[in-house]
Amino acid sequence: MKSTVIIFPGSNCDRDIANALQKYNFQNKMLWHNETELPKTDLVVLPGGFSYGDYLRTGSIAAKSKIITEVIKHSNKGGLVLGICNGFQILIETGLLPGILLRNKKLKFISKDVYVKVTNKNSKYFKEIKQKVLKWHIAHNEGNFFANKNIIKKLQDNDQIALKYCDASGGIKQDSNPNGSIENIAGILNEQKNILGMMPHPERAVNEDIYSNDGKFFFESLLT
Amino acid sequence: MKISEKIIKKHGLTLSEYSEINKLMERDPNLLELGLFSAMWNEHCSYKSSKKHLKKLPTKNKKVIQGPGENAGVIDIDDDDAIIFKIESHNHPSFLEPYQGAATGVGGILRDVFTMGARPIANLNVLHFGEPSNSKTKNLLNGVVSGIGGYGNCIGIPTVGGETNFDESYNENILVNAMSIGLAKKNNIFYSKAKGINKPVVYVGSKTGRDGIHGASMASAEFDENSEEKKPTVQVGDPFTEKLLLEACLELMKKNIIISIQDMGAAGLTSSSIEMSSKGNLGIELNLDKVPCRELNMTPYEMMLSESQERMLMILESGKENEAQKIFLKWGLDFSVIGITTNTKNIVLKYKNKEVANVPLKALADKAPVYDRKWISHKLPKKIKKKVNYNGYKIKDIFKKIINHPNICSKKWIWEQYDHTVMADTFIRPGENAAVIRIHGKNKGIATSVDSSPIYCESHPLTGGKQIVCENWRNLVSVGSTPIAITNCLNFGSPEKKEIMGQFVECVQGISDACNYLDFPVVSGNVSFYNETNGRGIKPTPTIGGVGKINNVKKIMTCAFKKENSNIIKIGKTEGHVTQSIFYREVLGIKDGPPPEINLFNEKNNGLTILELIRKELVMAVHDISKGGLIAAISKMCIMGNIGAKIYLPKKLISLHNYVFGEDQSRYLIEVEEKLTNDVQKILEKNGVYSEIVGKTQNNNLELDKEFSISIEDLKREYFNWFDKYLN
Amino acid sequence: MKISVIVTLKKEVLDPQGKVIQQTLNNMGIKNVNEVRQGKYFEIEINEKDPNKAKDSAEDICKKLLTNSIVENYKIIS
Repeated sequence: MKSTVIIFPGSNCDRDIANALQKYNFQNKMLWHNETELPKTDLVVLPGGFSYGDYLRTGSIAAKSKIITEVIKHSNKGGLVLGICNGFQILIETGLLPGILLRNKKLKFISKDVYVKVTNKNSKYFKEIKQKVLKWHIAHNEGNFFANKNIIKKLQDNDQIALKYCDASGGIKQDSNPNGSIENIAGILNEQKNILGMMPHPERAVNEDIYSNDGKFFFESLLT
Repeated sequence: MKISEKIIKKHGLTLSEYSEINKLMERDPNLLELGLFSAMWNEHCSYKSSKKHLKKLPTKNKKVIQGPGENAGVIDIDDDDAIIFKIESHNHPSFLEPYQGAATGVGGILRDVFTMGARPIANLNVLHFGEPSNSKTKNLLNGVVSGIGGYGNCIGIPTVGGETNFDESYNENILVNAMSIGLAKKNNIFYSKAKGINKPVVYVGSKTGRDGIHGASMASAEFDENSEEKKPTVQVGDPFTEKLLLEACLELMKKNIIISIQDMGAAGLTSSSIEMSSKGNLGIELNLDKVPCRELNMTPYEMMLSESQERMLMILESGKENEAQKIFLKWGLDFSVIGITTNTKNIVLKYKNKEVANVPLKALADKAPVYDRKWISHKLPKKIKKKVNYNGYKIKDIFKKIINHPNICSKKWIWEQYDHTVMADTFIRPGENAAVIRIHGKNKGIATSVDSSPIYCESHPLTGGKQIVCENWRNLVSVGSTPIAITNCLNFGSPEKKEIMGQFVECVQGISDACNYLDFPVVSGNVSFYNETNGRGIKPTPTIGGVGKINNVKKIMTCAFKKENSNIIKIGKTEGHVTQSIFYREVLGIKDGPPPEINLFNEKNNGLTILELIRKELVMAVHDISKGGLIAAISKMCIMGNIGAKIYLPKKLISLHNYVFGEDQSRYLIEVEEKLTNDVQKILEKNGVYSEIVGKTQNNNLELDKEFSISIEDLKREYFNWFDKYLN
Repeated sequence: MKISVIVTLKKEVLDPQGKVIQQTLNNMGIKNVNEVRQGKYFEIEINEKDPNKAKDSAEDICKKLLTNSIVENYKIIS
């Protein structure tokens, strides 16, 4: 599979995601945000980080980058677009995904391992995942997903909620919600299920000797 | 303008220093020139009070590529890899504006590291706040932690370790020491020494504003009631620009264009231009009209002394300016050729076609006065002769108090606000003995830890100095790394008081003794004097940041118990040293008596034995015993592993309290499988290491003989909840 | 009564956010923007009928909490 990682000024998980993609045999290219054309690609990744320092609103300035119009075109043609952390925030600012990511409930940056449960296995991203829960790391200040009732209902009806924060055995409870996200939402898909935005970082869990190797399941599923 | 006595004092110079300047220049300096001297001759840049004593520190071993004197120290970690690291203080600004002060502290230390060609791979910090009940402490804690996180998280460097303490001596003068570690290729390290004349001098990064004019002088001045008015010297950090500057510099460094490079830290353009050219024994000429300014009508004085952040000065190969400029423009950063190197051995500043300053570089850089300050030696405090009565102090209550004490309990509340996994190579995270970072794409890694012991250092500076080096060494050993070298940040009160100067001299002596013995040299560091408010100094607080090498990250060791029914073996003898322990000071309120003694032979022998056991894969968990004593160490192993332990008491018991809470040094706890216990004991015997089996791991409860039994859940509550309780 | 307060970074202090917003506007083709300074806006309901007293307490609030006078200014606008 061909992938393209876009680098914005202030991206800082661009190398991590590229390393992970390469590890699972994606043919990956890096692309500077000022470019006006996407190379031939199946997957576009908007990486984590602090694009433009998170100044104004997180993701808002990157959403105005030149390359974003191309990313939108790519997604309209059914191409895959994945936004992780700041990438998710950018997808929301571009309007490709609904809702908003507010500051974490406790108003603090959170860096910790969480468990997430895949709540939609129909998308290209998760279809091969057999695990009940995945242990991934989150590291963000604005990951508190919020949307009004109508949007939430729509997300539910269309099966667009991709990931929810849960406990080690898969229970979706308030205790296992790290940032106050409505419905424990950790990631969502668009209606067509080709765009995924999520807060956790699978690219940080791709080594057997590190705290979790559960990123592997995501990349392997995506590849097949 | 005539230079009056008042102006001289305002520049932090004494009258005798001024007459020395007169002599060196063979005339009166103008105000700008006086500004240059004040920046270069203050304590921060010139080390005038400390130089004589810092010479005692060992700075070399087989692995050291670059010792003190550069932006940071460099060590060899084999293959073609080098590690570049340094720790630095940002105490005064952090007290005035905790968020920005701490943030710019992180920014400054990062630049010190990447200016040498390294990509930063880990940050650490040492924080000392006033006592929790002090009205300022909560805000300072919140501000400093958010500031460190705000900067480090944004740049995308994991913050992997640190130390936080609370003590009343920091009520009006907190300490914020930031350390950064970078990875470079051995054959592509950049130094600050200029070479060759007529080479372009290039300014890159942010524009210059009126930030922090005279910050370096402030950093060397005591606080007083009027410090509120010294306010404009705190700068605002811009981590986004720093990230761009980092990427741009690393991109340029891949090309063969940079001759020398230095960040504009304290005393900004002044110290960078002067240090680079004087190290190269050259002259330098700057045209200040070319300095990118953020505000209108900035004077040469302001440009030279501004401490605006996120700026670098470089000397490039002639004719390569355009190639370099392209890279900086791509990243949206200012790039300006502001001068050239010359052979005059003077710094010449021009502004609006006029020469506005002309000073011999030697006078600025090398002729700063060196003081042999008076100091007095601190005798070892006498032992407490009278038997202390422990009646009414139940072991269980003391134990709970200790693991819930802010200086012992978990600092998770802090480090969860720092991104500690970005870059995806953090193999041991904060909250352990030391952090471990893998060298990306390889099996090897580095271990790192920061430590300080102000209580021991105050009680007996010589012992305290030794102890922090040893504790740091122990932490690095505990995760299975070979300790290589350290950086230090020496935080003290006013060196003009012989009492405090004595603390400094003897702490440095202690550090030196331990470093020499352990072959653990100092490769970089920083001295922060005048940590005083209204004449009251902080406890002497040297901090040590150590780096060790790990050959194979698959073999790293943690302190978490791994399974039930294994033996817990204690390495090193327990004499029951309780004076200056948490038990005596915080529970009994007894502050007399000497700190625990350091035996360097045992330290080294025990540590090397631990390494042997780890490498032979004979142990499952290792933890050093430090503050809080045996029981605090065991409880942490239980908490981290979610496994209980049953602790027996030796037949010949000195005193139960002293046995469990004593802080004797050079001790470790190891977890060993029953069937391997014999093999382990053979090695311990062979190496002449004192050891005893102190207990066994078990399901769920920590039990101390017949004294108490406490569930892991309860332990965790005590260990983890202090910060939440304090802040909510 | 209701008091409104604007807090901004002092003129001589770098405003990284304002700088990035200004550059972005330029990049978006809005070329006539020379400078942007970002600030915070507060609406404070003060239990006080006398406008002078309300203003005094607003001053106090600004000095003690809303600003750090090292880097920020405030303006009580109504």
